[in-house]
Amino acid sequence: MTSTSSTFLPDKRSGPSVELPPPDADFARGRARRRLLNWLTAVGFQVPALVLFIGLVLLPMLFALYAAFFRWGGFGMPSDYAGTDNFTRLFQDPVFLGDLWRCLVLVGLSLALQLPFALALAVALNQRLRGRAVYRMLFFAPYVLSEAITGVLFSMVFAPGDGLADHVLGAVGLDGLGGEWFADPSYVMATLFLVMTWKYFGFHMMLYLAGLQSIPAELTEAALIDGAGPWQRFRNVTLPLLAPTLRISVFLSVIGAIQLFDLVWVITQGGPDHHSETMAVTMFQYGFKRYQVGYASAISVVMFGICLVFALAYQRFVLRRDLEGATTNMRGDGK
Amino acid sequence: MKPLRKLPLHVVLVAVGSVMVVPLLYAVLSGFKSTSELSRNPFGLPEHWLTGNYTDILGGGDFWRLLGNSTLVALATTVLVVAVSALAAFSFARFAFRGREVLFTFFTMGLMFPPAVAALPLFLLLRYLGLLDNPLGVILPQAAFGLPMTIIILRGFFRQIPGELEEAATLDGCSAFGFFWRVLLPMARPALGTVSVLAVVASWNNFMLPLLVFTDSKWWTLPLGVAQFQGQYSAEYARVFAYLVLAMVPALALYSVAERQLVGGLTAGATKG
Repeated sequence: MTSTSSTFLPDKRSGPSVELPPPDADFARGRARRRLLNWLTAVGFQVPALVLFIGLVLLPMLFALYAAFFRWGGFGMPSDYAGTDNFTRLFQDPVFLGDLWRCLVLVGLSLALQLPFALALAVALNQRLRGRAVYRMLFFAPYVLSEAITGVLFSMVFAPGDGLADHVLGAVGLDGLGGEWFADPSYVMATLFLVMTWKYFGFHMMLYLAGLQSIPAELTEAALIDGAGPWQRFRNVTLPLLAPTLRISVFLSVIGAIQLFDLVWVITQGGPDHHSETMAVTMFQYGFKRYQVGYASAISVVMFGICLVFALAYQRFVLRRDLEGATTNMRGDGK
Repeated sequence: MKPLRKLPLHVVLVAVGSVMVVPLLYAVLSGFKSTSELSRNPFGLPEHWLTGNYTDILGGGDFWRLLGNSTLVALATTVLVVAVSALAAFSFARFAFRGREVLFTFFTMGLMFPPAVAALPLFLLLRYLGLLDNPLGVILPQAAFGLPMTIIILRGFFRQIPGELEEAATLDGCSAFGFFWRVLLPMARPALGTVSVLAVVASWNNFMLPLLVFTDSKWWTLPLGVAQFQGQYSAEYARVFAYLVLAMVPALALYSVAERQLVGGLTAGATKG
């Protein structure tokens, strides 16, 4: 596919003697040598990245997989073999089951509210509009703020009684709606979701905008000439062509929900009474506060497994269609 | 043009824009108030513009130390991840070799695994290596987790550079590395800028890893400082707001100068991944 490998010229030191093997073999050997040299050069460039990646991403994960089968406080080497106890305990632990449930809830809310919201704004900002650049910049801005800063900011905005949110509700005569926010077990997840939307919808909007801009204007124009209304144009032209972007955005949203830690840790540390805890927070609690490192490793392994299964399934069943679509529809050769 | 037709749209956009801006503006203004004024007068402009909250923080050494640490960690991470990724991406883009696609898939798999998943074993490894309370303990893992995205973006860019250039360089006696160093890298400056901005922002905002690695406040980065400051001065809202605002300034400043690279890099990384 790519124009490859610098043309390494064949070696010039073909010996002077006459009784060498026939030129064919010599040539073949030279080619093999050149191939090997080429391979070594190519792989040589990969070595630093491989060392870093294997050493700091792969090996730690493999070690966690090992440690998950031990009762281990985290010092010395794990020796108290526990079989699958950590895993059976994990799937009976109401907090961890709650983590899974809350993860699902966040994914559901994101898919139902946050991403459609981002899509609507992307479509709105994809037309000629006064102040478009300003809106775009503004909506995306929270994405560049650290989760820690966002978390502290909103723990003060939603401070019960004295925060901005309660004051605003009070000012418009809706005192009744104000409340404990992050301190209320029934509202903590909803409030957290509001903060996540504030921080992340701009990112998804930017993805959609990039996707929208890659849709040729001729297609919507053709639909317009064919008499399609705005909704039909969106539903039958824009949306199908945006599908690859949408799938990526859904993927990132799910992975984000699985690994959610910073915001929760800064705002609630999982409270009140575990009502906003996530898998990563539970792992952190056991691994770094209670020194049940074997158990915490099991949580890491399960998170890893969820990511893996989700990513593979997604690739197999959802992303695959993009490739097929690209080869059958876009090229129009129908094969 | 019928400007009125777009009025409802503008109303919606202004409303959303306000929701984005108001918390930030509220923080800036609150920083100029006293904590007692804050509960009396939450929305209005400050009765007296107190600069004490801001100047106290800027006058003390803590804030600058955090800023320096964040900068050091971000720059070192960026240099490392970009250098290492550029080498690998060069090999992926310009060589045909056995195992290339397998290796590339191996790296892209890294995209699926967020650092939070590997945090605990990573911590154990860093402790074993004696890298706790050492900036390398954050720099190296950040660079490692940044590899997949950086390699994908750079590979895409390196592929676009015409093969004739490489042939010409080879005929002029350039080695593979010589071509990479003297021809490819200078041409790839925009792409290098993009991935560098992504790496700086990711490092600058990272919270979990520094939280695990730096127990000694000597090495803390800004996000740790912010979280800790809130705990320490939880009763003094106005001071915390001032601190928050000051901590936001560098990231927002970077965003305002490098918006194009940041957005371009994120969308390219997401769609090509």
